[in-house]
Amino acid sequence: MINTGEILQTIEMIDQQHLDIRTITMGISLRDCAHPDQKVCCQKIYDKITSYAENLVKTGEDIESEFGIPIVNKRISVTPIAIACESCETDDYVPFAVTLDKAAKEVGVNFIGGFSSLVHKGYTTGDRRLIEAIPQALTVTDRVCSSVNVGSTRAGINMNAVALMGQQIKKAAELTKDQGGMACAKLVVFCNAVEDNPFMAGAFHGVGEAECVINVGVSGPGVVHHALQKCQNRSFDQVAETIKKTAFKITRMGQLVAQEASNRLGVPFGIVDLSLAPTPAVGDSVADILEEMGLSSVGIHGTTAALALLNDAVKKGGVMASSHVGGLSGAFIPVSEDAGMIRAAEAGILTLDKLEAMTCVCSVGLDMIAVPGTTTAETISAIIADEAAIGMVNNKTTAVRIIPAPGKDVGDQVDFGGLLGTAPVMPVHDGSSAEFIARGGRIPAPLHSLRN
Amino acid sequence: MKAIVTVIAKDRVGIMATVANIMANNGINILDISQTIMQEYFTMVMLVDLKECKMPFAEVAALLKQTGEELELNIRIQREDIFDAMHRI
Repeated sequence: MINTGEILQTIEMIDQQHLDIRTITMGISLRDCAHPDQKVCCQKIYDKITSYAENLVKTGEDIESEFGIPIVNKRISVTPIAIACESCETDDYVPFAVTLDKAAKEVGVNFIGGFSSLVHKGYTTGDRRLIEAIPQALTVTDRVCSSVNVGSTRAGINMNAVALMGQQIKKAAELTKDQGGMACAKLVVFCNAVEDNPFMAGAFHGVGEAECVINVGVSGPGVVHHALQKCQNRSFDQVAETIKKTAFKITRMGQLVAQEASNRLGVPFGIVDLSLAPTPAVGDSVADILEEMGLSSVGIHGTTAALALLNDAVKKGGVMASSHVGGLSGAFIPVSEDAGMIRAAEAGILTLDKLEAMTCVCSVGLDMIAVPGTTTAETISAIIADEAAIGMVNNKTTAVRIIPAPGKDVGDQVDFGGLLGTAPVMPVHDGSSAEFIARGGRIPAPLHSLRN
Repeated sequence: MKAIVTVIAKDRVGIMATVANIMANNGINILDISQTIMQEYFTMVMLVDLKECKMPFAEVAALLKQTGEELELNIRIQREDIFDAMHRI
């Protein structure tokens, strides 16, 4: 029998350190749902999702009860709608989002991702229509998430798409101004988007994926923080070792749940995404981990190095614990979803510039950041361009999920509720990037030799 | 199916008897028990076999939870696999 100490350690991780499975996400291909008639296409999409995911939530709950580990979210990702629905004879893509929303509600998942488009090199007709529909689609639906990939290491950055996304983010914020610009919290602009990410709002079911797969996202910043509390005054070698061991244990939970869900649903297992994803709950913060390493606050000098170590050690520990690792794997730094980040941003210690530097070494990018409502579309586009450039040059995924909160200014807060948390409005630089963004065209893909 | 039952409570007379009774009444075979007092908390870990148990797992879990609430015990049942997965390579 396993020893009592180990059993109690697992229980303590779940009870006191917020260890949980953050999401079981079922990826469903919609490529066979194409039809020229929009009504038929929508019906095919609805029928397919509700039949494939019929037992997803129930299965998640069963596993939760048997293993005694919380599974916070059950979600669905689908083929980018711009691809799946392109052959439809319609200019209006909003009904597709409404269909996804209806299907998500029917099967009981809290988010469905894939109202997406991949335009890192250029638009097709479907891409253009989809992007055009995003603000309205995210306003009239509750559970649909949208993402647009505007750049990649191989293709460079599509600056026309970057410019357009700045405008669409502004429109989305304006349409949902009564909810603080909520639509923007469901919209991600990527560079190097991955095809198997189970986390929202950026999840979609890539074109290289199978018919249907189960991807699982694990979490547990609280567990890592707790483990590091026992490492005070130790060297970084020991800090890294401790994080690796902890990440291994956390990821094993994810692997177990993923395999169990895959068996019960009769759907192949895709990947485990071993990300440290914070929640607004006290003790579930990535910022706390960085501060535990000896920083008085996240955002000060040393933060980037601390995050680099954390991100790398999480991957190293997790990789051996799972047969297939994928998704975004690493440490997330969403400001509004992390009590420690909120604290540092409110104190003015954590700035947009520092966050940008942090995204060079962490798993994603500028995430859940509220900026003043007066921020122009061009400035938002420029922020996206900077972030995409980091991803493109460093061959990593970066993303921007930014909320120009209507009517709010620095010092205010925007409350999104639930896992999305509360975002302090952060300042952006004065000055205009309008001429820069107006140029359009593409930033060429970077050279991959002569690396300095 | 094997599972681990853990009981954490302030120490008092009859905790083990109560839990063992529930197991016996539902056809759950106790394979191994380890028990300690940590600070003044009674901590018991039981390996059980549910092969002969007629109730679905979720109902056993609910029954134990309910009993725990009535008697002010922290009691839970989890499949053994979760501990194996986390602590054994």
